[in-house]
Amino acid sequence: MATTELVIKPRKGWQPIDFREAFQYRELLAFLVWRDIKIRYRQTLLGGLWSVLQPLLGTLIFVLVFNRWAGVHSDGPPYSLFAFAGLAPWTFFSNSVSNSSNSLIASQQLVSRVYFPRIFIPLGTVGAFLLDLALSLGVLGGMMIYYRWPLSAKVLLLPIFVIGTLMAASGIGFAFSALNVLFRDIKYVVPFLIQMGLFVTPVIYPVRYIPSRWQALFGLNPMAGMVLGFRYCLLGSPVYWPLVLTSLLVCLICFVVGLMLFRRIERLFADVI
Amino acid sequence: MSNVIEVRNLSKQYRIGGMKARNETFREFLVKTLKRPLRAFSNRENSRGDQSFWALRDINFDISEGEVVGIIGRNGAGKSTLLKIISRITDPTDGYIRVRGRLASLLEVGTGFHPELTGRENIFLNGAILGMTRAEILSKFDEIVAFSEIERFLDTPVKRYSSGMYIRLAFSVAAHLNPEILVVDEVLAVGDMAFQKKCLGKMNDVSRSGRTILFVSHNISAIEHLCKRGIVLTQGQLAFSGTAKEAVHYYMHTAMGDGDTGTSGNSVDLSQAPGRWAQRRPLLRQLEFCLEDGKSLKAGVRIGAPLTIRVHFVLPVPTSSFDIGLGFDNLLGQRVFTAHTAFEPIRGHDQVTGPQVIECEIPSLTLVPGEYVLRVWMDIGQAEVDKIDNAARFEVIPSDYYGTGKSPWNGVFVLKHRWSMVGPKDNSSFAASEAIPAIEPPVS
Repeated sequence: MATTELVIKPRKGWQPIDFREAFQYRELLAFLVWRDIKIRYRQTLLGGLWSVLQPLLGTLIFVLVFNRWAGVHSDGPPYSLFAFAGLAPWTFFSNSVSNSSNSLIASQQLVSRVYFPRIFIPLGTVGAFLLDLALSLGVLGGMMIYYRWPLSAKVLLLPIFVIGTLMAASGIGFAFSALNVLFRDIKYVVPFLIQMGLFVTPVIYPVRYIPSRWQALFGLNPMAGMVLGFRYCLLGSPVYWPLVLTSLLVCLICFVVGLMLFRRIERLFADVI
Repeated sequence: MSNVIEVRNLSKQYRIGGMKARNETFREFLVKTLKRPLRAFSNRENSRGDQSFWALRDINFDISEGEVVGIIGRNGAGKSTLLKIISRITDPTDGYIRVRGRLASLLEVGTGFHPELTGRENIFLNGAILGMTRAEILSKFDEIVAFSEIERFLDTPVKRYSSGMYIRLAFSVAAHLNPEILVVDEVLAVGDMAFQKKCLGKMNDVSRSGRTILFVSHNISAIEHLCKRGIVLTQGQLAFSGTAKEAVHYYMHTAMGDGDTGTSGNSVDLSQAPGRWAQRRPLLRQLEFCLEDGKSLKAGVRIGAPLTIRVHFVLPVPTSSFDIGLGFDNLLGQRVFTAHTAFEPIRGHDQVTGPQVIECEIPSLTLVPGEYVLRVWMDIGQAEVDKIDNAARFEVIPSDYYGTGKSPWNGVFVLKHRWSMVGPKDNSSFAASEAIPAIEPPVS
């Protein structure tokens, strides 16, 4: 075995990302994801069913409130399909962000007692929600069969939007979890931001409700483009490429900035948490 | 032999205002950030009067391959900070450590245990957190389970475990770590006596396997027993480095003892006692020892001699409810005797306030020869207001306690007792099976 040499010295400023180390610890990431999945629905009656019930119940409410009463209509497919296809990525995003923001302070004991790449704490939380996303996509498939709504080859583009959503969720999760260590205000800000996010993301309503001159601006919300992308790939809904591409770029920026911020604050965690 | 750990000029500074910084809200942060350009013009550093202290200051040492090193020091001497830096949990403020080889640290047992997960699941999770690979955990799984003695509860969530079972499982996982360098903090002070013994045995095996080990413990005898080398830290500085025995000796005599406390004759000034616990009020002022015939404490107390200890203290408020405790620890850190006013309430007096003297009279100090360390503490109402470790030290010297011309030396204390022959046992009542076997010469 090659001896590894390590120099422990003060760190200052921006830190590079240690990919080699992350690779060495990859099994731990898998274990953390596995732990989160295992404990999420322990001691609940419905267990893993909750992961699909959440977007399903959300869809039901949206259908009743927005579709039936308020008269919001989809951009083609049945409204329940439309709402569910938007809610699946949105639920993933909002759960990931709110849980990963609190992940570091919830793991105080780990942070102050043992070393491993800290980034795995928020990343593991986000990773665990990928299973929920996969399950909801399965349910969506069932709904599409029920409504006899065809799936096109566009579905091959879906991974792009899954990765985009993943980057946005984890990047924002990195930044918030790290800032949360320094300022507990984050804990109170996040639920509010997520609530607001639902309104500025075309989950409930189609994007044509937004005046066209504002649509590109809408792309600054990373999830706006991702929700459109999901619907485009799964339901063949119309898509607004300038908006979607802007969003994809914002997702990437979120990820990189979040990661950098996390690495910068990381060295203070054990002393401040 | 090559050095596997090199520590150079290692320093760690903590800001005492860190407590404040922790609760700093976003608003304060924004205000501070906005003011930052202005601050460059004003006097730097003084804005909050932030105080800082050095938990470690300019530490230098090397550890070569296969060495088992004990780190000794009082509470707050910087031991844990040093281990935290070596374990990469926190950054040093200055200096560096060079580590060659795979290092695992154990600052606590059961780190990352999740109450909702079963014992089996926690073995995997905890192992992974401590740096084991899945394959390693799998290969050692049976050993870990056997060591922990919890086979039957392997599939029960650990939240339903007794604290003993929990600790046994946690230690078992930790004990099967297999790094090149192992850093251990105080983890042996867990579990019941039998399991502690098992853990010490395991540590002993590990230390003999040629692994490099850094070990912090308050259990001085464990350090002496397991380690070859010892390092003593005093107030964040390296005070001594040598063999484990020398280090323990140094710690006992210098770092803890006389040099620091103001022993003069038979009284010890406690107002500046270095062993005072943090956040305690200096209400205990002085200890006074009265020996038979006005002898000096320095000469030691004979076994069985009377000893009276006067405690001078101050009551800040009028009260009739206060208690004083005196703890006698031997050099292994074992409490051998506690004298406490709660055992003999001095109630019934009126409320008193201001300087007071209380006296504890021990008619016969029946401890075996050796050095003893005194801890003294004080409660008002039910609250502990002052507590001093190593308030004084004294030696119990041999004497003919039993009046037989021999001085007892073994055990922890001496006790008057009598031996006498009852007489020969009635032969008829011997059953055949109880017949005394002839002693056969050993086969050579």
